[in-house]
Amino acid sequence: MGLQDSSQDLSTEMEVDAFRRIFPLRFFERHLSESLRPDGRQLGKARDTIVNLGLVSTADGSALAKIGSTTMLAAIRMEVMTPSTDSPDEGCIALEFHMPPICSPTVRPGRPNDAAPVISKRLSDTILSSGMIDLKELCLVSGKAAWMGYLDIYCLDADGALFDAALLSAVAAFSNLQIPVVALNDNGRIVAITGGKDQDNASITEKEAVNKEKRKLTLKNIPFSLTCILHKNYILADPTTEEESIMDTLVTVVLDSSDQMVSFYKSGGSALAYSSAIKSCVELARKRAKELKQILGEMDID
Amino acid sequence: MEIDREDGRTPNQLRPLACSRNILHRPHGSASWSQGDTKVLAAVYGPKAGTKKNENAEKACFEVIWKPKTGQIGKVEKEYEMIMKRTIQSICVLTVNPNTTTSVIIQVVHDDGSLLPCAINAACAALVDAGIPMKHLAVAICCCLADNGYLVLDPNKLEEKKMTAFAYLVFPNTTLSVLPEGSSVGEGEPVEHGIITSVTHGVMSVDDYFLCVENGRAATASLSAFFRKNFQQSSSKVG
Repeated sequence: MGLQDSSQDLSTEMEVDAFRRIFPLRFFERHLSESLRPDGRQLGKARDTIVNLGLVSTADGSALAKIGSTTMLAAIRMEVMTPSTDSPDEGCIALEFHMPPICSPTVRPGRPNDAAPVISKRLSDTILSSGMIDLKELCLVSGKAAWMGYLDIYCLDADGALFDAALLSAVAAFSNLQIPVVALNDNGRIVAITGGKDQDNASITEKEAVNKEKRKLTLKNIPFSLTCILHKNYILADPTTEEESIMDTLVTVVLDSSDQMVSFYKSGGSALAYSSAIKSCVELARKRAKELKQILGEMDID
Repeated sequence: MEIDREDGRTPNQLRPLACSRNILHRPHGSASWSQGDTKVLAAVYGPKAGTKKNENAEKACFEVIWKPKTGQIGKVEKEYEMIMKRTIQSICVLTVNPNTTTSVIIQVVHDDGSLLPCAINAACAALVDAGIPMKHLAVAICCCLADNGYLVLDPNKLEEKKMTAFAYLVFPNTTLSVLPEGSSVGEGEPVEHGIITSVTHGVMSVDDYFLCVENGRAATASLSAFFRKNFQQSSSKVG
């Protein structure tokens, strides 16, 4: 059964859409044989990426990242806590990834999604093992007070490559983070200093503020990730949800700014990853890391 | 330059393997797999009628339930469940029993390092015991990288903590072919060189990752031989 010939425009459109729904794999393979994808992208090209900072005014740091239609909103809140006795000089980051029902028709309220805790754990593993954040910078008073950062990432639109977009939004939120100014008051407890409007605050600022000005974290070794699909001989970078549902072999490569591999994640899938495929995925990830570095650099993020 | 391992093993040496199948009576298939002190019990129930809500009804569906030794189920367990589910889906023939669900339950008996590979191996043995149709077995191994660049296979828990990075790799098992040409080839490399699943922790260079993959492939030959010997022994007892 082949495609109908394109003599009448309207009927051809109906036929193509029906073909796309009824024979999705054949529809995609016809495009792949021309080295293209239905949305016109080259096989190794990622979708347009946008990052916006500082959208949530109540949070200490926030960012919105969009890769194509996949949209992630990340926000960080800092709270003071007592550090654990094993690491009295270190703060802590708690990361949570949420998929509210708005993001996808398959997510329903009440029923916990299968993918969300897995992505949440992968993100926190990646961010902590890449060494992007030095937890010692989050220390206020050794052994007594340290910062705990609650990073929440909300998926607003799930259109494939969720991990990539979530990691990008987390990195951008950390770069946007302004740690609030605090001081040690008479009882030996940490209090937050607000805008310095009334006289009480003036007296506190006379005493030594524990961190002199609103500080930013230094980010070294920023991780950049790229998810690819392996299908027969083709490698498709940055898949959409439709592509992910038809071709099930996903590979995520995370590289950091010094070209070290932070993570190579392949979870099953009908296609096996041979050395040639691994090398190509790493190459595509390197190119993508350069693109993302440039995008973050344009927003004055280091 | 050799790296000294506490239990006296060479860097590429695996811990003693032990596998027993058909140890539980209620499940349709069961197996216990131990690598050194790490021991995992796997049970398979299925195929049962019906699939879950969002799953494809034209294929068989798998669900994995991971029970840790102690404590509540958290994100770590959910991640292991998802990795195992996707790995099992890629090795089983999904079209033979469509619209069915097969449950694989993993119970951790003792965790002494390299837990996920041990669980994947146990699940494979249990699936064989249950008679679930499979394309090939999945052979899982853990490779880790010490900070002086040395590669060590199948670490125990103390070694895992000291390492800078480690990778869990799952390969298809090596084929024993009656054809003189040997095993089938995909993309110019033998089929058993392809990676089914790879999960890494910690930062390593790209070349180090390729080294892990090579060493892992070499080790799967001995694991595959162990699988084959173990299954042949029990089937010869029955027959």
